[in-house]
Amino acid sequence: MSKGRFGEHGGQYIPETLMNAVIELEEAYEHYKNDKEFNDELTTLFNEYAGRPSLLYYAEKMTKDLGGAKIYLKREDLNHTGSHKINNVLGQVLLAKKMGKTRVIAETGAGQHGVACATAAALMGMECEVFMGREDTERQALNVYRMRLLGASVHPVDSGTATLKDAVSETMREWTRRLADTHYVLGSVMGPHPFPTIVRDFQSVISKEIKQQCLEKEGRLPDVVMACVGGGSNAMGAFYNFIDDSSVKLIGCEAAGRGIDTFETAATISTGSSGIFHGMKSYFCQDEYGQIAPVYSISAGLDYPGIGPEHAYLHDIGRAEYVAITDDEAVNAFEYLSRTEGIIPAIESAHAVAHAIKIAPDMPKDKIIVINISGRGDKDCAAIARYRGEDISE
Amino acid sequence: MKTADAFNNKKAFIAFLTCGDPDIETTEKLIPEMERAGADLIELGIPFSDPTAEGPVIQAANERALKAGITTDKIFDMVRRIKDKVNIPLVFMTYANVVYSYGTERFIKTASDIGMSGIILPDVPFEEKSEFSVTCEKYGLDFISLIAPTSKNRIETIAKEASGFIYCVSSLGVTGVRSSISTNVAEIVEHIRNATDIPVAIGFGISTPVQAHDMAACSDGIIIGSAIIKIVEKYGRECIPHVYDYMKEIRQAI
Repeated sequence: MSKGRFGEHGGQYIPETLMNAVIELEEAYEHYKNDKEFNDELTTLFNEYAGRPSLLYYAEKMTKDLGGAKIYLKREDLNHTGSHKINNVLGQVLLAKKMGKTRVIAETGAGQHGVACATAAALMGMECEVFMGREDTERQALNVYRMRLLGASVHPVDSGTATLKDAVSETMREWTRRLADTHYVLGSVMGPHPFPTIVRDFQSVISKEIKQQCLEKEGRLPDVVMACVGGGSNAMGAFYNFIDDSSVKLIGCEAAGRGIDTFETAATISTGSSGIFHGMKSYFCQDEYGQIAPVYSISAGLDYPGIGPEHAYLHDIGRAEYVAITDDEAVNAFEYLSRTEGIIPAIESAHAVAHAIKIAPDMPKDKIIVINISGRGDKDCAAIARYRGEDISE
Repeated sequence: MKTADAFNNKKAFIAFLTCGDPDIETTEKLIPEMERAGADLIELGIPFSDPTAEGPVIQAANERALKAGITTDKIFDMVRRIKDKVNIPLVFMTYANVVYSYGTERFIKTASDIGMSGIILPDVPFEEKSEFSVTCEKYGLDFISLIAPTSKNRIETIAKEASGFIYCVSSLGVTGVRSSISTNVAEIVEHIRNATDIPVAIGFGISTPVQAHDMAACSDGIIIGSAIIKIVEKYGRECIPHVYDYMKEIRQAI
């Protein structure tokens, strides 16, 4: 079995043209991850630029309203650029710079990763090109403008379904065209080894902080940590340092779209099967012949037909539980958290909030739930208004 | 029939087509005509929804074929129908997931049963190949290895375990017609030849008779895909004589 396996998942299913590039990346990462200077620089970027550590906020009103477990929110939405994406991007762009690369490329769905990448590239003086499905560039025109403002060029992708999976494919193709000076900043815990490991490590600052903050506030570990899952980077970051703490239940919330019994869903664990795509073996939404299915979710960030290989493994061994949340439930949770706590979560994160609303009331009051609020919801307001039948322009 | 038969005492002309584009009937008629035009080996592409190693021309062919309802089983059936009419080796070219989701052993056994000679999976590098190549060996299929301009220190390792022929990728990037091939392919081919006696065919970017001639001169054969698919795209069901004429011209040039 090859490198980068999580059980049977993971691996390096990529064209030969890319192999030396991922080997070079792995070697560089293995070196720099233990390099004091690199880690000091990254910590400074996290703390002085991105605004870390992010708060662990006690959601008192929500807790009282639901009447069960005590609820904390991990506020990744307060990071610079408005989501957890900045953690991975600062790490990877810094690594790319150390490797002597001068150009970064990235895929983006809703635009959060693209904006974060353009931000880090601007900060560190790198050229940046972002690939984004044509449909998404139209749905998220504001983010396209933000990326351009930050100095990146944005390439609309017309192939396939013109959404996130096609943006990933096109960025991989671009990487095979130009490797020598270019690093591909993959945005989630997916793709060929070493990406799932690198992205997880850079995001694991989330669970490291949760652990410390929860011990400080409560004198003990939480009982449940939950997060939304598309590719799964914020969830992997929130879970990672708790994997060995068997008392902590880990729950990933997938996008069920219009329901897991419909074709309009993106819930990979609930409806997918084992496959090989985008460089990795994992679970994918696909037909009996292995053709990747077009997926759907109201959330552009969860609108992906696969899931990171480490999540597939955590599912296989029963260490994490994966549940499916519909558009309706997520929109209700989006509105609920806004009204109850004055916090507008990203529609992606609202999937995790929705599950907390379901399970918290039945849990004893001395139990603790931590919900990772992976991003802020300003970007989603127009779409949610439309969902509710109100037409507003951005 | 063995893959290596394509290289017997001549420069091999390897032609690619996407099965089911524009429909499976056209593919069925095209294969014997491609042989008649001088192909020594044909790569039968099984469409995949997300072919990450392909440029726009073959991507579009995959989309057309899938939209027209092609499936792996329909392609197996088509091969069963034409196999007796064809006297050159045929190999499948597809993506790992098409094979894996069918059941790797079930796919490879079926391919062997219907008379295929090999398989090319561009998203399966050396590190992952045993998952497929061990089963290929069991059923007598060649698992074709690719070597790219970026392979460098990997060339020997790959070449030593190669089977059938080596698919030498001429340039960086994805499949598709290129006005010129700037990589020093001859040097890569030499490097490969130092490590193995297996024939080396060059693919990616070849479309004109001059390119075909030059690339064949420094290797054991050439592979043409996108240039043929462009003709299929242009003429649809009427493409057969046009593909024949084009291939005839290439055959004469190499």
